Amino acid sequence: MSATFLGMPAFPRNAARAVGDSQLRFNLRKATRTIRGRRAAMVGEVPGWEELRAAGRQIKDHTLRHLDRYLLQLEEAVARAGGRVHWAADADEANRIVAGLVEATGETSVVKVKSMATQEIGLNEALAARGITAYETDLAELIVQLGDDLPSHILVPAIHRNRAEIREIFREKMAEWGRPAPEDLTDEPRALAEAARLHLRERFLSTKVAVSGANFMIAETGTLVVLESEGNGRMCLTLPETLISVVGIEKLLPTWQDLEVFLQLLPRSSTGERMNPYTSTWTGASEGQEFHLVLLDNGRTRVLADEVGRQALRCIRCSACLNVCPVYERVGGHAYGSVYPGPIGAILTPQLRGTDSGASAPPGGMPASAAPAPGGRMPASATAVSRGRMPASATAVSRGRMPASATAVSRGRMPASATAELDASLPYASSLCGACYEVCPVAIDIPEVLVHLRAKAPHPRAERLAMRAAGWVLDRPVRLARAQRLSGRLRRFVPRRLPGPAAAWTDTRDIPDIPAESFRDWWDRTDGGTR
Amino acid sequence: MRVALFITCVNDTLFPGTGRAVVTLLRRLGCEVDFPRAQTCCGQMHVNTGYPREGTRLARHFADVFAGYDAVVTPSGSCAAMVREQYPRLARTAAAAGRPASSGTARDAGGRAAGRTAPPSFAEEVAALVPKVHDLSEFLVDVLGVTDVGACFPHRVTYHPTCHSLRGLRLGDRPTRLLEQVRGLELVPLPGAEECCGFGGTFAVKNPAVSAAMCADKAHNVMATGAEVLCAADNSCLMHIGGALGRQRAGIRVMHLAEILAATESGETAAAPAGPAARTRTAPATRPLSAPAARTLAAPGGATPAGPAAGTPPEPGPAAHGRTGEER
Repeated sequence: MSATFLGMPAFPRNAARAVGDSQLRFNLRKATRTIRGRRAAMVGEVPGWEELRAAGRQIKDHTLRHLDRYLLQLEEAVARAGGRVHWAADADEANRIVAGLVEATGETSVVKVKSMATQEIGLNEALAARGITAYETDLAELIVQLGDDLPSHILVPAIHRNRAEIREIFREKMAEWGRPAPEDLTDEPRALAEAARLHLRERFLSTKVAVSGANFMIAETGTLVVLESEGNGRMCLTLPETLISVVGIEKLLPTWQDLEVFLQLLPRSSTGERMNPYTSTWTGASEGQEFHLVLLDNGRTRVLADEVGRQALRCIRCSACLNVCPVYERVGGHAYGSVYPGPIGAILTPQLRGTDSGASAPPGGMPASAAPAPGGRMPASATAVSRGRMPASATAVSRGRMPASATAVSRGRMPASATAELDASLPYASSLCGACYEVCPVAIDIPEVLVHLRAKAPHPRAERLAMRAAGWVLDRPVRLARAQRLSGRLRRFVPRRLPGPAAAWTDTRDIPDIPAESFRDWWDRTDGGTR
Repeated sequence: MRVALFITCVNDTLFPGTGRAVVTLLRRLGCEVDFPRAQTCCGQMHVNTGYPREGTRLARHFADVFAGYDAVVTPSGSCAAMVREQYPRLARTAAAAGRPASSGTARDAGGRAAGRTAPPSFAEEVAALVPKVHDLSEFLVDVLGVTDVGACFPHRVTYHPTCHSLRGLRLGDRPTRLLEQVRGLELVPLPGAEECCGFGGTFAVKNPAVSAAMCADKAHNVMATGAEVLCAADNSCLMHIGGALGRQRAGIRVMHLAEILAATESGETAAAPAGPAARTRTAPATRPLSAPAARTLAAPGGATPAGPAAGTPPEPGPAAHGRTGEER
């Protein structure tokens, strides 16, 4: 009954299903609460965390404001160090560049370091379509890949799985992808990790091309930085002959020294560690190796043009907001229909896909949108960026002087996005409790952006009418008083279970008694309680 | 001190007892309470649901109604947070749009275009208004400087620090400091207190399954305390949790902070227990006080607030009126 609210969009339906999955609820409750507690302890022990947080926010804001300058500086520095920079306006272009680079090596397989950007653009699927197999090497990503599953968390993508389920996946699927799991595999964490280690080790030693993302890029030096916990990243970044890194343009930091702030903020916020086990940095290519950097826009310049929404680009993908979110804890990541779930996903996904203003077409991108290739179009935003026409103040974009890839695409020949309905519901996937803002290490005011996106989202007709009616009543005290008196007179006829959309309330909760007299009528009758 | 009461549309319509309790309490502490009749709603529901045009109109109306008061007190942490956090944003947006968004748009714009003396802009009104708007516990602790309000409520109570009170207004321990000074009140901590109850305004009906799942956990935690009363500084959250407790026949009632602080040894205050839980309530709200406890109360303590009400028995006035829950 609760799912029949007029115009009820997609998130609530997904969420209702997830809420009823007791195994999922158990796994999520356990995992999020553990990480939440660890993060709180690690953040609590840092004197001046708030100052550190403010510094993180300011560095990111500064960089985003001068992104044009810093991106060019980065391109130059990477080239100087022997790497090559490629500009990708959207998912399709990035995928084509990467596939082309792999094909040029003559290889048909790549190993991958965990990367949100490549998931965002659906790189594995795009490579598969061209006969290239991408092997995930992060333990959780491996679990997701073997299980033919989707990630449900930014940091721990298999958070929805428990160890018994993982054992089953390993036993059934590992052989299809390479070295099989041992016959006597138990669900002991140590045994599972050992099985993955042996399976992956073969892959590392035999694969000649690696694909990674990056947590940070340093404009000053052209250095890329990856933080990880398992050492698989270190293997991928050093062993293969060719390394291709796909990185969102917002991952930039101006100087090496800025890392100091983020290397403190990120591990404590994400895994609840003082420092992550492996931090790899590389600058250009060593002799005998090739390094390609694919700089990805895919909607980011358009997000930058939104004065309220652009703060989402400060995100360093720590997932502290997921772990603390009461909604995420109860529904998990799949309900958000994106590789970016939870509170940050609720503000990032609609903006990146370009569906945040009710537009029917995505900017070309994220895999779930099923958008076809824009077909050989110029990487508009990339050229603009590389020519230094990027907005110093992003208002230039909003004024239309910036050929943001999204606007051109959405004007034209793209079909209606398959995710428009879901995306429109994402800003409402929050009770605005503010816990996400409180833990965000770069102080993204997620509730503010949610409210901002709600204003732009298309609203169901019935809701629009109800809101307009409520607005009309509340516009004049006389109308409010009349409505109160009417409800006071009818109060004995209000059933315990309400019909229609209101059933969403009375399905699980009683409604309060309607008083015979409103406060304002009491005040009038008793002259403020003095009579 | 002359104080304007912003009752909020929800309290005005559904929980008038809370408003009467605020009036009783503030008068007892020596305040002159005014209720500006033109007030309606702060606009939070519209703004937070994605209707900033309607919300801004209500916000402008609010700013007009409450301009000129020394202090505006409201028994809702959420509505106070709306004014403090969101009004400046709405004002900025309205200024950027370059047109007043009030109900009298055409008239105002015409007036300005004609070069008449411009009334204060929405942004100016908001800037002047924001520092004067207080949630009840803020007003008591920060402005009046009291934590002992002379209340008596001999019951076991647990306190839910609603999200907007906790993370929006940053009320901190103000409400519990007030509760700790209430005679006879046993305050028990609520496990997972800082977690949202799942109300979230229209969230409760737009995402009913998640909202109910969140509320189930909150209700479970409330029951685990063994408390008789759940207290909060916001009736919307109490309506939500109380609605679930009532549906489960948990036998725990919900009361707004103001109602507990207004209670004295001479009887229940203006406020009959409000909220859905009242429907299943059968036991009387107050146990008679034991003689020693009553004596302690009668002695003028150092923290007894100054003002006309001090030393005189609390006004029985509002207490005489409608106990909404009992009429059924």
